[in-house]
Amino acid sequence: MTIPISKRVENLAPSGIRAFFDLVLGMKDVISLGVGEPDFVTPRRIREKAIHSLEDGYTSYTSNKGMIELRREIVQFLENRYGLSYDPEEEVLITVGVSEGLDLVARAILNPGDKVLIPEPCYVSYGPVVEMAGGVPVFLKTTLESKFKVTPEQVEKACSSGVRALMINYPSNPTGASYSKKELQAIADVARRKNLLVISDEVYDELTYDFEHTPFATLKDMKSQVVYFNGFSKSYAMTGFRIGYAAGPREVIAAMTKIHQYTMLCASITGQIAAREALHSGLKAVAEMKREYNRRRRFIVDALNDIGLDCHMPEGAFYVFPSIKKTGQKSMDFAQGLLKQEKVALVPGTAFGSSCEGYVRISYASSYENLKEAVKRIKRYMKG
Amino acid sequence: MDEILEILSKDARVTPEEIAKLIGKSVDSVKKAIKKYEQDGVIVKYKTIVNHELITQEAPRVRALIEVKILPEKDVGFDHVAERIYGFPEVLSCSLVSGSYDLLVIVEGENIQTVANFVASKLSPMEGVRGTATHFLLKQYKEDGQVLKKANDKRKLNISI
Repeated sequence: MTIPISKRVENLAPSGIRAFFDLVLGMKDVISLGVGEPDFVTPRRIREKAIHSLEDGYTSYTSNKGMIELRREIVQFLENRYGLSYDPEEEVLITVGVSEGLDLVARAILNPGDKVLIPEPCYVSYGPVVEMAGGVPVFLKTTLESKFKVTPEQVEKACSSGVRALMINYPSNPTGASYSKKELQAIADVARRKNLLVISDEVYDELTYDFEHTPFATLKDMKSQVVYFNGFSKSYAMTGFRIGYAAGPREVIAAMTKIHQYTMLCASITGQIAAREALHSGLKAVAEMKREYNRRRRFIVDALNDIGLDCHMPEGAFYVFPSIKKTGQKSMDFAQGLLKQEKVALVPGTAFGSSCEGYVRISYASSYENLKEAVKRIKRYMKG
Repeated sequence: MDEILEILSKDARVTPEEIAKLIGKSVDSVKKAIKKYEQDGVIVKYKTIVNHELITQEAPRVRALIEVKILPEKDVGFDHVAERIYGFPEVLSCSLVSGSYDLLVIVEGENIQTVANFVASKLSPMEGVRGTATHFLLKQYKEDGQVLKKANDKRKLNISI
């Protein structure tokens, strides 16, 4: 028999990107600039802590919201780092990566037809989590010319009836774009006037190069309408541990916890213990990784512009999002051609939204040697 | 450590032009800084780490760690004897250490015999040397922070969003 699939799932944008990914995975000796994770392994002390916890028999469930010790330490960390204060009992939830958190918040706040503003290009899951929760994503298109930043005017103009929230990610995957405090304040003013809940995914906060990162919740009078998301994947190179967290108004966290307890139950205890160690000892490693990324960022932006791919200097994360419009090719064709002819993998911009045709995402979380070789090959590909 | 030194310590072949791009400074200022490091002896030398085990066309060379006990001399302490020891071309490295002996000397030779001869005829009889203990090196796993085995990194996906 054919098993009918739910309309909601069937209607999710099919991922043309899947086929491309399969193609990459089937090939050998590829230089990959296509990864969405650090190329470092988790710092050794963090790994050791996880190993010891297993040896000591920490293999159980934790509280639904996550270990209270970890929540307390996160609260302490946010207080020290950003002067943000939350109640660890009621206002923090440990999630299986930020990805789970975004799904939870969408399901917790949206009624059918509610709209969520999402600056585009955006991380691949933003649209789908809103749709799966019955909401309607409204994409606000940004371009290279605006350095991929959404403007307060765009947000204001898009605030028709039924718009409930703004889902924003800075520094951004895939563009690396981030916002100064002043730029954020202008957006916050609109959000306050329009009563938008701000869903702020700040998982790349530690990788901000040109100015200090400003959490949305620290902006004047905003905390009560911001749900702050962060995690350990990117800053501490812990993607496989799958630990993120949400901090925000207690009613939202309570609603998210309800869904989390029925679906995920809790994040893995090993990951949570490793996350605690990251908070204790990881910042030095973060600083080292950041210095290294910053060098590669300068190199790659310069090199891409040199070979004729227009590329802006991103403020954070480890991605650049150059335009390939000059080549006259579509993103997917460019990516496939480059892969087949020169064995360099990158991600077609179209993975990150329909308005991202003509761009590709390049991750510079790869060794300097690899980056140099990849640029050489891209240049050759563009000539040929 | 200064960023220039950090980069060169990892890969001495990165050019001043590249370093300038990586750290966002002018090529001139990078060249000047490197020159100063060289003059001050902060940068001693640029060399290559070779995994001798993989060189098939020549007979493998032999290395030994030698513990050397010496008699300190008036005024110059251990320095004088150390200087005479590290002057031998066979000596790759020579360090004064704390503990039950004084100098840790690394020696390289064509085979066990040549290293043994060096110890017996040159090192041991030297004035001021009270005793030696020779440890032949069987296998080297890591040198200067560099793991010598070629990494076969299959841990990560080639591509991910």
